[in-house]
Amino acid sequence: MEKFEKHEGLVAPLDRSNVDTDAIIPKQFLKSIKRSGFGPNAFDEWRYLDHGEPGMDNSVRPRNPDFVLNQERYQGASILLVRVNFGCGSSREHAPWALQDCGFRALIGESFADIFFNNCYKNGVLPIVLPKAEIDALFGLTEYSPGFRLTIDLPAQLVVRPDGHKIPFQIDPFRKESLVNGWDEIGLTLRHAEKIREFEERRKREHAWLFA
Amino acid sequence: MTAAKTLYEKLWDAHVVHAEADGTALIYIDRHLVHEVTSPQAFEGLKLAGRKPWRPSSIVATADHNTPTQHWEAGITDAVSRQQVETLDANIREVGALAYFPFKDKHQGIVHVIGPEHGATLPGMTVVCGDSHTSTHGAFACLAHGIGTSEVEHVLATQCLVQAKSKTMLVRVDGKVGNGVTAKDIVLALIGRIGTAGGSGYAIEFGGSAIRALTMEGRMTVCNMAIEAGARVGFVAVDQTTIDYLQGRSFAPKGDQWESAVSYWRTLVSDRDAKFDQIVVLDAAAIEPQVTWGTSPEMVCGIHGSVPAPEDFADPVKREGVARALQYMGLSPRTAISQIKIDKVFIGSCTNSRIEDLRAAAQVVKGRSIASSVKLALVVPGSGLVKRQAEAEGLDRIFIAAGFDWRQPGCSMCLAMNDDRLEPGERCASTSNRNFEGRQGAGGRTHLVSPAMAAAAAIAGRFVDVREIN
Ligand code: SF4
Repeated sequence: MEKFEKHEGLVAPLDRSNVDTDAIIPKQFLKSIKRSGFGPNAFDEWRYLDHGEPGMDNSVRPRNPDFVLNQERYQGASILLVRVNFGCGSSREHAPWALQDCGFRALIGESFADIFFNNCYKNGVLPIVLPKAEIDALFGLTEYSPGFRLTIDLPAQLVVRPDGHKIPFQIDPFRKESLVNGWDEIGLTLRHAEKIREFEERRKREHAWLFA
Repeated sequence: MTAAKTLYEKLWDAHVVHAEADGTALIYIDRHLVHEVTSPQAFEGLKLAGRKPWRPSSIVATADHNTPTQHWEAGITDAVSRQQVETLDANIREVGALAYFPFKDKHQGIVHVIGPEHGATLPGMTVVCGDSHTSTHGAFACLAHGIGTSEVEHVLATQCLVQAKSKTMLVRVDGKVGNGVTAKDIVLALIGRIGTAGGSGYAIEFGGSAIRALTMEGRMTVCNMAIEAGARVGFVAVDQTTIDYLQGRSFAPKGDQWESAVSYWRTLVSDRDAKFDQIVVLDAAAIEPQVTWGTSPEMVCGIHGSVPAPEDFADPVKREGVARALQYMGLSPRTAISQIKIDKVFIGSCTNSRIEDLRAAAQVVKGRSIASSVKLALVVPGSGLVKRQAEAEGLDRIFIAAGFDWRQPGCSMCLAMNDDRLEPGERCASTSNRNFEGRQGAGGRTHLVSPAMAAAAAIAGRFVDVREIN
């Protein structure tokens, strides 16, 4: 997994609540057996005016000029500003894969749906939860200051605005360590292989029916 | 004396392999359900890393999300879907499993329907699946939740997951629901009350006399939609109903093992003095048959209600969300729910495709015909077993006589990955669990209801109170 320490990037706003994973990457693209290549179809139904199917040449499809992420000023953004309950719905990990493939390394919002939140970490995408007042201010700044950028300092757990205003955020220590070091979580867990085996043996003795 | 524990704490404590100082823990996984859409990248990752699956006998697998529901003799004609299903076949062949119900197998069906019906979901288990509606299995006092593909790989490789403990919420539904009010209405009413983020960070235990009175199938419907309330897990304590349901199922313990399992299962209840972080109380008698009017399950009201106006909401973000939802749904404020006409009906999905759901719908349909304005009414049983049971009871003939399509099992129009879908602008009465934009087909408009309400809507061509037509 790619390491995440300090990141500075352009911010794009997506001012909607309850953006579900089907909006992030519509179901027809889930038929792929790969992990990559979902970027051009992220937010497909909002981004294009026609209906997208796997295998289409996305570069020639008509774009929806009203969709915020299509605006010239947000091209190349790597931080996505969102609202409440972002990533709700289906557990598909294709959602963070698609966001990552579009170049997003961090998401900043008021709240995230639980499974999506987890899935982001597994892919080196950092979801940051901030209080509503800070989020409101960031939406304002993004809209009124073209080229608005933020710096995310993960070791210090700070979002830093260009005006120097520092916003602290919470993250659980294990997740932080994994991201900062780019650790492979399976490898970490397998350090406990002996303990897992012991646990399993005890469980077999106590509840043999679980292992039928 | 040991401190009183909630059921969640009992289940959690029983599965901790290793705890970190910050409270996260390595949790052992007893049952791993696998389907074609979220597993290929996990099997591939495992192989690329040169790792072996830890315990294949924990796996129960099936193909359900993009299998067709008709013309099975032609196989899967969509090449991309076929490749995904064949990839699952190959992966399971290589790795092994406790049970595998491939496409066309007589036991094939929706992953959350087949686990319980074979007794592969047992009380006290941790159950995971790369699918958010894994919360369904909580009906059996399991710690059951959806995971992403990286976690599918993690479970394959280690039989464990890294988890942080949730807060606990008790949702107590007291009293008795009225006639014609079902498990689906209870859970929709709950989501209407606490919102789609109301359960975020919580593990929800459903209790109270109205939950105790539900059958296992009803409890599965309730737990299924815990995820739509924002909770990762929802569950119900063990009681006699749980035990009676499990007896004799193929993977349920037998003989002495059964006795010892049952005595353990009986401990899977919250202790009397256990403390919950939050308690929500619902009055069952006040719950009406529910119909969603928007693009989120929290946008819901009773059948006698009407569509709200954006200005009813003080919060500007919410107001904006409601305005957008009404526009997408093609509805104007103050429209009575009973005036909303529908084009299609879908009875199915892991929420409502079990035998009792089909019986409830058939009872409404019997001797009647679907409205001429209804273009398509689908009944998609949750599994091969459900389908055969329904046919043995003659339910298929009731549906067909009324003008319904009787299909092969699968997820079907719940998420429209196969050919069953809404066309842009079409309006559907659906027994599934999500009414998001485009969920049942691009531009499609979904109203979530119970099976009986969907059947009633099919007959009337619009939403009606099922209690008034019976
Ligand atoms: S029926 Fe619908 S919600 Fe259930 S597993 Fe299938 S797609 Fe998911």
